[in-house]
Amino acid sequence: MSAPLLEVRGLTKRFGGLTANEDVGFTLQAGEIMGLIGPNGAGKTTVFNSLAGFFPPTSGTILLDGVAIEGLPPEAVAARGVARTFQIVRIFRSMTVLENVMVGAMLRHRAVPKAAVVAREALDFTGLGRRAHDPAGQLTVAEQKRLELTRALATGPRLLLLDEVMAGLTASEVQEAVELVKRIRDRGIACVVVEHVMEGIMPIADRMVVLENGRKIAEGPPAAIAVDPVVIRAYLGEGYLAPGP
Amino acid sequence: MRRRSPALALSLAGLAAAVAFPLLATKVTWQNAAILMLMTAQLGVAWNILGGYAGQVSLGHAAFFGAGAYVSTLLSVKLGVSPWLGMVAGAVAAGGLGVLVGTPCFRLKGHYFAMATIAVGEIVQAVVNGSDALGGAVGFNLPLGETGFWGFVFNRSKLPYYYIALGLLLATVGVNWLVNRSHVGYYLRAIKDEPDAARSLGVSLTRYKMIAMILSAGLTAMGGTLYAQKELFIDPGSTLSTSLSIKIALVAILGGAGTLWGPVLGAVVLTAIEEATRIAFGGTGRGTDLVVYGALLVVIAVFQPSGVMGLFTRRAPRAVPPPEPEARFP
Repeated sequence: MSAPLLEVRGLTKRFGGLTANEDVGFTLQAGEIMGLIGPNGAGKTTVFNSLAGFFPPTSGTILLDGVAIEGLPPEAVAARGVARTFQIVRIFRSMTVLENVMVGAMLRHRAVPKAAVVAREALDFTGLGRRAHDPAGQLTVAEQKRLELTRALATGPRLLLLDEVMAGLTASEVQEAVELVKRIRDRGIACVVVEHVMEGIMPIADRMVVLENGRKIAEGPPAAIAVDPVVIRAYLGEGYLAPGP
Repeated sequence: MRRRSPALALSLAGLAAAVAFPLLATKVTWQNAAILMLMTAQLGVAWNILGGYAGQVSLGHAAFFGAGAYVSTLLSVKLGVSPWLGMVAGAVAAGGLGVLVGTPCFRLKGHYFAMATIAVGEIVQAVVNGSDALGGAVGFNLPLGETGFWGFVFNRSKLPYYYIALGLLLATVGVNWLVNRSHVGYYLRAIKDEPDAARSLGVSLTRYKMIAMILSAGLTAMGGTLYAQKELFIDPGSTLSTSLSIKIALVAILGGAGTLWGPVLGAVVLTAIEEATRIAFGGTGRGTDLVVYGALLVVIAVFQPSGVMGLFTRRAPRAVPPPEPEARFP
């Protein structure tokens, strides 16, 4: 096995007396899709915020291609090739769809005309090309989530952190999103996907990491996770455990 | 490119009218009002880089205006330096002051930033008031020494001041235009809309806010030097007052913050209103101007948050070069 793209060791984050993450660790290979799941409040978004530099972890190491990035500010992490979306969409509402994506593209291409070309390509890749000149605020919720993803993609990342991009989508929109994440992976971009929509993440994840109360309780391929008693207990409680063979 | 020609034609017509105006309107009072209008517009356009595009509403810009007025005046009075060089020195000093102000204040968000800048304005005013070396509350009379272009003093005609004010305004609009078209303009609007999202895309908030601050403060200071040379008298009341800070912000907000020509429009409207109230209420009684500013702010906030420009454009025009509609992605 080659050296991992992302290696997280002993990640702990405390807010005062509240421990949001405790000793979380996992690795991710280039071009891999990892699902990060867990009940509400398990600490999934906190992991994202630590990875993306939005706050420094209390302790632990985050290595990107072997280089420590924990404690770097978000803009520095982005420059090293980590892009993210937000659980609650944060699009630039005073701009058009194309301009939103151009802001992402400008990380690697400062010249405005070049950024426009790169942004246009990214929009066509994610299927938002025909909306390019519409004001971003006019998009549907599904389209806004796709816009955020496109904007993150335009920064030219090695690692993409997707925070509930499928929540609130219709079944067919989930299907489109699944296909899109696969095509992103096929471009060699590794993805960490936080998701509650299981039919969205189960078919595409190479590996799943399950969090509960800030700790990692399980890790493995989706098929194994789906029948793992520890995971079922965490989600549904004791009573739903199938009687063992 | 053809689609741009109406805007271009309008700009050229406006420019021609601006150049011809003082030659046709030869009454000194009219020329004076026009110079005042141009100077006010220049300050609004300069404020707009920080307050409009970057969304960092400053209510302390008089500090930068005063920095320009005082630096060039002191250099000229004490060392005999040409006010043109003083103008550059004032801009540099104001840029430095901007960095000093921005370093702590950019950590504050929204209203808190605005409140901090009011405090900065008041502090600068208090310091100058209490300093004999800076003329204290009395201020300075500028010497009527060397007249002509290099001396930056013209006593035969107001025309040179008019054209210098026009040139400075155009240069300031030009800086705005360049900023708006470059990645800096996109980043500033992104920071204004969603700062966290901007950071996640690699935008350093402090760095780009600071760029906006330095440009805005420097250009405001140049307006300060022009004011000092035109009036040949400066004191804290005329160059550092909080009401001046509010007026600078109001010009941009009234016309349309974050638009290229909005502050110019705002200056035209505000100067017209000020002149009208001066005639209506008589004299330059202290206070009526503040009443007018307050009333205008309420009206804008309630009825027209996008300013006068918002009446003309449903959607703010963008400086984006739209790529050709045919996608060339394989």
